[in-house]
Amino acid sequence: MTLRRVVVTGIGALTPIGNTAPEYWQGLKNGVSGAARITRFDPEKFRTQFACEVKNFDAEQHFDRKEARKMDPFTQYAMVVADEAIKDSKLDLEAINLNKAGVIWGSGIGGLKTFQEEVKSYANGDNTPRFNPFFIPKMIADISAGYISIKYGFHGPNFVTVSACASATNALIDALNYIRLGHMDIAISGGSEAAVTEAGMGGFNAMKALSERNDSPETASRPFDKDRDGFVLGEGAGALILEEYEHAKARGAKIYAEIIGGGMSADAYHITAPHPEGLGATNVMINALADAKIKPEDVDYINVHGTSTPLGDISETLAIKKVFGDHAYKLNISSTKSMTGHLLGAAGAIEAVACVMAIQNNIVPPTINHFTDDDQLDNKLNLTFNKAQEREINVALSNTFGFGGHNTSIIFRKI
Amino acid sequence: MSEIAQKVKSIIIDKLGVEESEVTPEASFTNDLGADSLDTVELIMEFEKEFNISIPDDQAENISTVGQAISYLEENVK
Repeated sequence: MTLRRVVVTGIGALTPIGNTAPEYWQGLKNGVSGAARITRFDPEKFRTQFACEVKNFDAEQHFDRKEARKMDPFTQYAMVVADEAIKDSKLDLEAINLNKAGVIWGSGIGGLKTFQEEVKSYANGDNTPRFNPFFIPKMIADISAGYISIKYGFHGPNFVTVSACASATNALIDALNYIRLGHMDIAISGGSEAAVTEAGMGGFNAMKALSERNDSPETASRPFDKDRDGFVLGEGAGALILEEYEHAKARGAKIYAEIIGGGMSADAYHITAPHPEGLGATNVMINALADAKIKPEDVDYINVHGTSTPLGDISETLAIKKVFGDHAYKLNISSTKSMTGHLLGAAGAIEAVACVMAIQNNIVPPTINHFTDDDQLDNKLNLTFNKAQEREINVALSNTFGFGGHNTSIIFRKI
Repeated sequence: MSEIAQKVKSIIIDKLGVEESEVTPEASFTNDLGADSLDTVELIMEFEKEFNISIPDDQAENISTVGQAISYLEENVK
């Protein structure tokens, strides 16, 4: 059967380096770091005392107070970026078939702040259960997709994918496939995360997953640098409007890029450590290229998972060399997590926005904070260190990998 | 207005995000003040917390207007 084509017709972003998609792109182009000392709570006793927080976010600018109170920050972020993307797409909600409009969202954790507060208040009490009736519907990860559908009246497929840091890319791939297959014409897709809480920081710290460079937060996220010491936790959201190509053309929509394929794989190796030779990472890129029906040589830019952990960065570059061969040296590769930090389940969403903007502007956003080459990495790869590079970008691939050994890749092409 | 009535009103204004003028004794939480079933449960919990009492479920079911809440609490809060 012939698969329908799918394009991106709207974008939204709320990130540590910009609160709208255009501001985010400015930050990416200019190599801005979003990391700073934590303001959400007093981090004094934590091993890591900094993160990439969303700045100047006031929920009451976006919601009335009653509405805001019922949403965990991860849902507030989701609603804000969905709104930006819908407005950007100029979709006429009166004119579209709402039964063919869906919401497929991604979140790795869901309402961590809500969970923490409710459980803490129970633990501090006398064992009498006084849980707020909004505890569960605020906390569950899928409520973000529910809220978005209620706001826009989208009656099509509606759910949230959970695959840790691969969540949003899984959501985008599912949305891509449902549109390809004709189950829907339009999707609001992407992801959101708000895990900069005591539980989030403490939990990742306990795994020794986070950078502890407290004396220099803004240089802590340094993917592929010799002295990288873990990822920097980020928060925020990204949204993309995915639309069937003919549908978009018929209404004269602005088209950012086409999504031509997605790949998925599992390491089946360890719950948190990446496969040392990048087995799952290799397979996922091969799967995505096959799904997109393109050759490795067609790819111009890879937005890597590249979280700035000692092991992960090595295995991902090994995988790229296996998949792309000599072409690996002609690619631009960059980790925008050097600027945004790691948004966990939302990473794939804001990195998809980065790929789409890179294609639009023919600019590769940089991997900032490169100071010292790592002998364990192949230094002939163009990792786009420190400064954005101009380059004609026809095809961009985005990798995201999650704890649990979940791997996803998605491919965008200029149209 | 009693102190209890004042507190009840301000809890309702806060939790339901309504104007003070809407919070009349006859106003029904669900029909007039936009509460859904979860909002109503939350209101009862807030009354319990504020007045340090426990409202049994069968009695909570009979509290559906501002006036009913005030009279229940005036009778039962010591």
